[in-house]
Amino acid sequence: MGSEITSADLRVSIGSLNLKNPVMTASGTFGYAREFEPYVNLHRLGAVVVKGISIEPRAGNPPPRIVETSCGMLNAIGLENVGVERFISEKMISLQGINVPVIVNILGDTLEEYREIAKRLADVDGISGIEVNISCPNVKKGGVAFGTVPNMAAAVTAAVKESSSVPVIVKLSPNVTDITEIACAVEEGGADAVSLINTLIGMAIDHRSRRPQLANVIGGLSGPAIKPVALRMVYQVAQAVSIPVIGVGGIETAEDILEFMLAGATAVQIGTANFVNPRASEEAVEGLAHYVAEQKLGSIREIIGGLILP
Amino acid sequence: MSQFQEKTQITRIERLTENIVRITLDSPDIASIAKPGQFVMIRTGNGKDPLLRRPFSISQTSNSQHFQILFKVVGRGTSLLAHSREGEYLSVLGPLGNGFRINCKSRNCLVGGGMGIAPLLFLAKTMLRKCPNTPPLVVLGARNREELTSLVYDFAELGLSAHTATDDGSLGHHGLVTDVLKNLDLGTNCTSYVCGPHPMMAAVHLFCKDRNYGCQVSMETNMACGMGACLGCIVPVTKGGYGHACTDGPVFDAKELVWEVK
Repeated sequence: MGSEITSADLRVSIGSLNLKNPVMTASGTFGYAREFEPYVNLHRLGAVVVKGISIEPRAGNPPPRIVETSCGMLNAIGLENVGVERFISEKMISLQGINVPVIVNILGDTLEEYREIAKRLADVDGISGIEVNISCPNVKKGGVAFGTVPNMAAAVTAAVKESSSVPVIVKLSPNVTDITEIACAVEEGGADAVSLINTLIGMAIDHRSRRPQLANVIGGLSGPAIKPVALRMVYQVAQAVSIPVIGVGGIETAEDILEFMLAGATAVQIGTANFVNPRASEEAVEGLAHYVAEQKLGSIREIIGGLILP
Repeated sequence: MSQFQEKTQITRIERLTENIVRITLDSPDIASIAKPGQFVMIRTGNGKDPLLRRPFSISQTSNSQHFQILFKVVGRGTSLLAHSREGEYLSVLGPLGNGFRINCKSRNCLVGGGMGIAPLLFLAKTMLRKCPNTPPLVVLGARNREELTSLVYDFAELGLSAHTATDDGSLGHHGLVTDVLKNLDLGTNCTSYVCGPHPMMAAVHLFCKDRNYGCQVSMETNMACGMGACLGCIVPVTKGGYGHACTDGPVFDAKELVWEVK
């Protein structure tokens, strides 16, 4: 299998960002990447997307923040992060020489915050792309408004794009009536790619105590439970936009990735599966290489959008 | 920091009571480097439901070859584990987190409640080796005699006679472990190593604070990953914000935590 991995062409491109394979890790599920070094050969991945960064540090929500649900989990972390300055002085330093493209996820409460953080990151070495979170459902006055109103989504995209020299990916919320409308808006705003889906807003209740299981009452659902919704949305968005689509939502294995690529995704992100199997991303790369060799494909790119309709 | 993800074989499953189970796993990698107070994350099945691993403290290691976990069946994950069979393999991540910091220069007192007793056995064993001249005092609490009997026996095998308290008075003191602590001669320089239900740890913390004793507590919280990525396992800290039980703990100095005392 070793030769298959080295010979299979798994390369894909997200705008000007060339990846050795389509497998990324999803923001908030892979820490700042170094945490996974005991388990994963990071250089084997397509890219890592690090935990979302805001201008100021955020402590996040009170506990309990996570609860398991059927085939998935709800989280209301509340965007806990060290803030952009500590991110640059500590986390980016530790990421130097990591030998895998680093994509930084950013978030803010206002247009100005998005613009400022993008500017602050613009002259930092070692950043291959920016992913804009306009969709986190957990902070009350937070990104969610940007993610659900098309012209706001376009404005944030344009503001970040203006200040960035690297490809800008906009991460979309599934908690909208028509996700293609938002996708088209951010494409017009200048996005180099879209990633979808972020978590679906959900809730869990303990009937014995009559209390919500999350202190935040509601949270974001992730894991295999949301995969069919993610696949459907990737399928719809891939037809609506001409920029690359990055599929996210319940992906664990190479088989899952193939389904997303057939639906039109150019690349994917593995999220919750990292918690269960820290090696999930690397194993998925191996699985894709095996598939390309077995199917005698010239490249994994041949299957993008290759869904055969009835 | 060395951590491993591996398939480990179950060499033994014991039912200590109807719903308390001890599993012995064959894992030289983990057993040879684990420290008391550290934990492992275990998959309870191969499917997508339950999805997440469950955290278990390491209750004992032997010959750098095996380690044990001890748990009560409380939900679907633990129920699945309890029904696994000897010879089967479990996916284990570990050892994770920071363990207890053993202080040989003070009087040491191990205080455990319910399943929180699990990591204290490993700690007791290690203490006896590291500080042979100062064997620890052991105070154990549980609901009743049935829950406590075999755990007390484990300490007796190490030559440690545990002071006990039960909620129903069926073994030892009828009441709380803190009642027992108050009646022990702990001297002026003592460190408590505590693991158990939150209210019990809060009470022991207050007891230690009053007497200016050291107090280390092992915190249990919901967690998805065990390695600092999910940020689910938070505990409020006195310096503001939150600590993470998986990477900052699970063992904390009790003074560093915010205690909500009811």
